[in-house]
Amino acid sequence: MFATGIAEEDRKGSYVDRSISRPCNFEISQQSPVTHTQYPYVTGTSVLGIKYKDGVLLAADMAGSYGSTVRYKSIHRLKAVGSHAVLGASGEISDFQQVTQYLDELVLNDYMWEDGNKLGPQEIHSYLNRLMYNKRNKFDPFWNSLVLGGVENGQKYLGVNMIGVHYKDNHVATGFGNHLARPMFRNEWREDLTLEEGVKLLEKCLLVLFYRDRSSINKFQIAKITEEGVVISEPFALKPNWDFKAFHNPTLGADGSW
Amino acid sequence: MENDMGWMNAPHSMGTTIIAVQYKDGVVLGADSRTTTGVYVANRASDKITQLTDNVYLCRSGSAADSQIVSDYVRYFLHQHTIQLGRPATVKTVAKLIRELSYQNKSNLEAGLIVAGWDKYEGGSVYGVPLGGTMLQLPFTTGGSGSAYLYGFLDQAWKDSLTKEEAEDLVVKAVSLAIARDGASGGVVRTVIINSEGVKRNFYAGDKLPTWYEEIAPGISPLESLLSGPAPMVDTR
Repeated sequence: MFATGIAEEDRKGSYVDRSISRPCNFEISQQSPVTHTQYPYVTGTSVLGIKYKDGVLLAADMAGSYGSTVRYKSIHRLKAVGSHAVLGASGEISDFQQVTQYLDELVLNDYMWEDGNKLGPQEIHSYLNRLMYNKRNKFDPFWNSLVLGGVENGQKYLGVNMIGVHYKDNHVATGFGNHLARPMFRNEWREDLTLEEGVKLLEKCLLVLFYRDRSSINKFQIAKITEEGVVISEPFALKPNWDFKAFHNPTLGADGSW
Repeated sequence: MENDMGWMNAPHSMGTTIIAVQYKDGVVLGADSRTTTGVYVANRASDKITQLTDNVYLCRSGSAADSQIVSDYVRYFLHQHTIQLGRPATVKTVAKLIRELSYQNKSNLEAGLIVAGWDKYEGGSVYGVPLGGTMLQLPFTTGGSGSAYLYGFLDQAWKDSLTKEEAEDLVVKAVSLAIARDGASGGVVRTVIINSEGVKRNFYAGDKLPTWYEEIAPGISPLESLLSGPAPMVDTR
């Protein structure tokens, strides 16, 4: 009964959820392996990314949520990596901080080779993929969805990574952004968007996310990556629109309604 | 039977309210003094502001055991670090050590920590290290179960460039407000002020603390109102 190494419940055939969403589980028995999956504590919400005429734009708000409380309101979720890439993260902030620490070491070591080569966004994304996938295989993931945007040799790069799943596209988003921003991107994105058009499109999406994502706040940063390098904007706020006639007295003539 | 014994075996937790505020020349740390085992107050006069080095202190919340052991390890590392470095550790270094332990042991720890102190390079600085091991440098931060009641208060009352007196006043007010509403926080308010001149500990209890809505200060004995007879019945028709 104990020699097979298959957990009792699994053997009996009943469904046991050993998915990654289950919290930490130390079972000191021969039957089940030690798992280290986690809960996220301080989390960031959506990250948006689009390619435009001259490069790539990334956007994120500055909230760090602690469950349902918006505990921190000045978290920088967009970080420059090397000279021509920006990493945006949603999910657990402590894991994002650890990932940026690994990337900083990677970039520093690369710099110290002084071999005339520099890690571009494609290589950094590869490294990130290995990092995420290897941790995932040990049941100890970085609880993040990462967006890497950059420009290398005139080629624009925009990729997403979580648990080692990675993909590239002309426009990407994480979390809520997938449901609210991607459809807007699909309608309005073009290869030759100017900087102004790109920023306007992102701002449109950020505003919708502010209306509809409870974990978001009206405080954002946008990062621009071009051949020249990386620029991350100062924090800014958008102007929400609440002044609709239908909003003034919505329960008029419908008592008990909301 | 088993449920009944739950309170006896509940881990020591510091329900707690902790806070640290950076002011012009240094930092002010504050905390309540209640440690609970389930619903019982195991220690009503705890000291949750722990010294790590001469110039850097730690506010502890969450599991008492976890926060104590983390602080013990970091104090041990810093002792050696200071000898090797030949000068006082910076607040950032201390915060990074706390963060490293919190992060690498995140599945086994339940400790919300605030590191604050003074060094000659940055002056006063405050670092929050919440559950999970995120490290954030902030002008002020709170922690523990009582902090839930302080977001609104601090959003309104905090301002930039506080003086030492304003900062300590804010800290005492905040902890006192949290104690008023959080069952897991209580006792006295302890503050620690750290600046270039050194460290000063203060103790606020009883009548030194403000009373808030629906609270009464100890004063007249009920005997006064009991000694007189019942009020005469009045015909209000």
